Amino acid sequence: MTVQQPKPSRIDWITLLLYYIFVIGGLLCIYASVYKETNPNIWDGSMNYGKQLVWIGISSFIGLMILLIDEKFFYAFAYPIYGITILLLILVLVAGTTVKGSSSWIELGGFRIQPAEFAKFGTALALARFLCGYNVNFEKDRKIQLLSAGIIILPMLIILLQNETGSTLVFTSFILVLFREGLPGWILFVGFMLAILAVMALLMPPLYIIIGLAVLAVIFLILVRRTTQLIWLTLGVVILSGAMVSSIDYVFENVMQAHQRTRINVLLGKEVDIKGAGYNVQQSKIAIGSGGVWGKGFLQGTQNKFRFVPEQSTDFIFCTIGEEYGFAGSLLFIILYMILLYRLLMMAERQRQKFNRIYGYSVVCILFFHFVINVGMTLGLMPVIGIPLPFISYGGSALLSFTVLLFIFIRLDANRVNELRGAYD
Amino acid sequence: MNNYAKQRTLLIIFISVALVYVVRLFYIQIVDTSYVFYAQNNVLQEQTIYPARGLIYDRNGELLVYNDAIYDLSVIPEQIKNLDTLSFCKVLNIDKVEFINTWARLKRQKGYSPWKPIVFQRQITIPTYAAFQEKLFDFQGFFVEVRTDRKYKHNNAAHVMGYIGEVTDRDIEKSNGYYRMGDFIGISGVERTYEKELGGIKGTRYVLVDSKNRTQGRYKNGEFDTAAIAGKNINLSIDQNLQALGEALLMNKTGSVVAIEPKTGEVLALISSPTYDPNLLVGRERGNKYMELLKDPAKPLFDRPISAPYPPGSIFKVIMSLMGQQEQVLNQNTTYGCHRGYLFVGCHAHNSPLALRGAIAVSCNAYFCQVYRSLINNPKYKYVEDAYNEFYKHAYSFGMGHALGIDLYGEGPGVLKKAAYFDKLYGRHHWQALTTISMGIGQGELGITPLQMANATAAVANRGYYITPHIVRKINNHANPNPEYNTKHWTTIDTSYFPIVIEGMQDVIERGTAYIARIPGIEICGKTGTAQNPHGKDHSIFFAFAPKNNPKIAIAVVVENAGFGATWAAPIASLMMEQYLTGKHDTRKVLLERMLKGNLTHRNDSTTAKTK
Repeated sequence: MTVQQPKPSRIDWITLLLYYIFVIGGLLCIYASVYKETNPNIWDGSMNYGKQLVWIGISSFIGLMILLIDEKFFYAFAYPIYGITILLLILVLVAGTTVKGSSSWIELGGFRIQPAEFAKFGTALALARFLCGYNVNFEKDRKIQLLSAGIIILPMLIILLQNETGSTLVFTSFILVLFREGLPGWILFVGFMLAILAVMALLMPPLYIIIGLAVLAVIFLILVRRTTQLIWLTLGVVILSGAMVSSIDYVFENVMQAHQRTRINVLLGKEVDIKGAGYNVQQSKIAIGSGGVWGKGFLQGTQNKFRFVPEQSTDFIFCTIGEEYGFAGSLLFIILYMILLYRLLMMAERQRQKFNRIYGYSVVCILFFHFVINVGMTLGLMPVIGIPLPFISYGGSALLSFTVLLFIFIRLDANRVNELRGAYD
Repeated sequence: MNNYAKQRTLLIIFISVALVYVVRLFYIQIVDTSYVFYAQNNVLQEQTIYPARGLIYDRNGELLVYNDAIYDLSVIPEQIKNLDTLSFCKVLNIDKVEFINTWARLKRQKGYSPWKPIVFQRQITIPTYAAFQEKLFDFQGFFVEVRTDRKYKHNNAAHVMGYIGEVTDRDIEKSNGYYRMGDFIGISGVERTYEKELGGIKGTRYVLVDSKNRTQGRYKNGEFDTAAIAGKNINLSIDQNLQALGEALLMNKTGSVVAIEPKTGEVLALISSPTYDPNLLVGRERGNKYMELLKDPAKPLFDRPISAPYPPGSIFKVIMSLMGQQEQVLNQNTTYGCHRGYLFVGCHAHNSPLALRGAIAVSCNAYFCQVYRSLINNPKYKYVEDAYNEFYKHAYSFGMGHALGIDLYGEGPGVLKKAAYFDKLYGRHHWQALTTISMGIGQGELGITPLQMANATAAVANRGYYITPHIVRKINNHANPNPEYNTKHWTTIDTSYFPIVIEGMQDVIERGTAYIARIPGIEICGKTGTAQNPHGKDHSIFFAFAPKNNPKIAIAVVVENAGFGATWAAPIASLMMEQYLTGKHDTRKVLLERMLKGNLTHRNDSTTAKTK
């Protein structure tokens, strides 16, 4: 068997270009956010930007490697890769290093890596491999559905045990992948309604919500043609919702940790605490809000430079974009990001192979989820959940894992023409 | 749902979220401008740069007042870390209770914020400062701010220079927020009148601070900073040597001396006795010392020369002589007899009858009662009020009965009644010269501050005009810009009537009541006064100018409850004139000794001049 080298023309250069725009832009933002007049050397390896530069180099190298590997490798080794990431995750539980309350790191030489980051593409590969089989019918087969959920939930559970809520939540983005593969739309809708119920449960006493639901149910039943089945169904919905609302309330009050409770309360506007838990979000909004239309200019953002914004080079890196490049820069960033997502979506849909498509959708959904949570957090629209902004945030593991995630798909996509030709051979 | 629709659904979800975020960005970055303000609040710290207060010199360039560094111990409560309270208290020399009390007091203060610097202890001593600097690292959050306070090189002229202190809430309100809590402002004396000149203009420096309140550099390279403008230096018209001599001469006596340069209205000496050491009202003990001075029964804070009115006594006869001539009821040849007095006003033994010049020389009471009678009962006027109004007008033109407008705070108007006052007392037209005859010899309803006395002397010396007396000669080496201090205020007396009176005044010194004040080689013209007062022994009063032609100094001296004008006031004036004109004051050693050593504090407990 000869290794099929991808021809340069078949690599999706637009995606690659966007990748480098984000990575280089991110580096400049990291540089600006930790910039000090006393140490302006961007090549300084002891500073975040210096390290990030090293990571960009490593990522580019590994990205190139991925592009040179036979595309069948990923199909063949999907399960082993998934297995290795799960093992790494378990290893972290045993021998991890605790950083800022989450024990999700492994010391490796001078660098720390976070296996949870790599579990993302591991899971994406495994899910794609599992669902691409000829006799696999996700839409009909209940067993397949449960196993798919299992593939996703297993790493989630281990990561949750590492106290990494943010990374755990990222895996919920696979729901959108499953939706593409036949998960009924009403589940998405129900999920959405449940989310709204959950937020309401946090805002007001459960009893009020149950009464409100009951009233709505009565009105609904008066308006429609009543069948016994419908009445029972409605009753069931009300009871289940009531149970859920009550249990959310219980979990919130008794299971969640205090800092998580406060974060959610601050987000919902139930607590106003400018110097406490709300401080981060308030400072983040101040930094972005003070950017105005055109921003303060490169290295001129005072809020980031003088450390008012917390985690300004990692989770809150979007503040630097907002402050130094203003509305114009933020808009440009969002547009570019949307172009990337759209491009990937198009690429995923044009795949002949199911494996490639499922993997592609996983990439899109993971990138989208990170965007929603991260940018939403800095804008005060989402709770403070510490996950990085892909390609932009400082952090070696994150950059490397996103690079691998994206480049595997680029590699898979580059081969689609060969497959076509192969069909005529 | 087909695959295309699913893809579209995802795309719609993506774009919806992106749109929500863009709208949110639009709102906080463009619509809501408050974030810009918050951001500046975060990083911008406004620091005040205090200008150096202007220095004060005497007329000859001798430094009188300068600035001295003081150290305030400040703290940013939020930055305190692991404070070792015990050693902290030890360095500051306070106990733990005081430490706790201070904190409680600071936290109660208006506008207290743990992120803002606040003064923990004002004006720590230099040894404490030194001890503190050594241990500064142990006391994180604390720092020492350097400000300046006043220091006085000489212990003289306390009333003239006044003092500075912290602004009150009213000062802050009046200044439209220019002054801030804890700023210094002139409270009395020149410090107060010339606050604007001496105070300078505060500057502002905008620095960027990080989230830990550490300075990170200038805001926009100092584009918005304003430099502090130093206060202007001031030259007083006071002659430090003359002032010091006068204060020494008035030691252990209650009284005032005012010396004026007639040509310019510049005050050469302004002495109030008892006085105090201006260095007392400096530093953290200012409040306590002030209260002590305030409670002192000798009233050292009372600024006698500009606010205390005394009956002028016989020195008023000089003014009477000029008025009489101006009103044509008197000329240099008018003679009146004196038989030891006039009605109930007594007089001493002297030659009789006398013409004007002689009457001034021997200070004949009877003579001036006659003059007063002919003035008030002047047949030229139908009513007594009209005649008295002329008297009032003349006296007023010499600066009596109103504040002259010296550049010091607290000047009094003295006492000079209007005709209406007597109308009310006796009924309209129902009074005449004899009713108020004591005014003819400077008693009764007359009160003149030593400043007004000196000013009247200057008017006589100038043969008919005075310039408003003032204490500040130059501001930043330019003449005092106040036009009042450059304007001749003409009296209502014609210049031609002055020579004969001045001859009489010279006779007072050469062969009259104030022979003791004679200085060989200097032609002095003066007049003694012995003012009766209802509260005790007579006040000793003397006013004079010298030299007779081209006068350089006009002086008025009041020594309370000291008896005859010639006993104390005249010698003191004489010694001071000698000092000013010749630079020496020790040619008459016996007289000098007697004046310096004279202690009159036991003479009368009622040492104060009555103001009302």
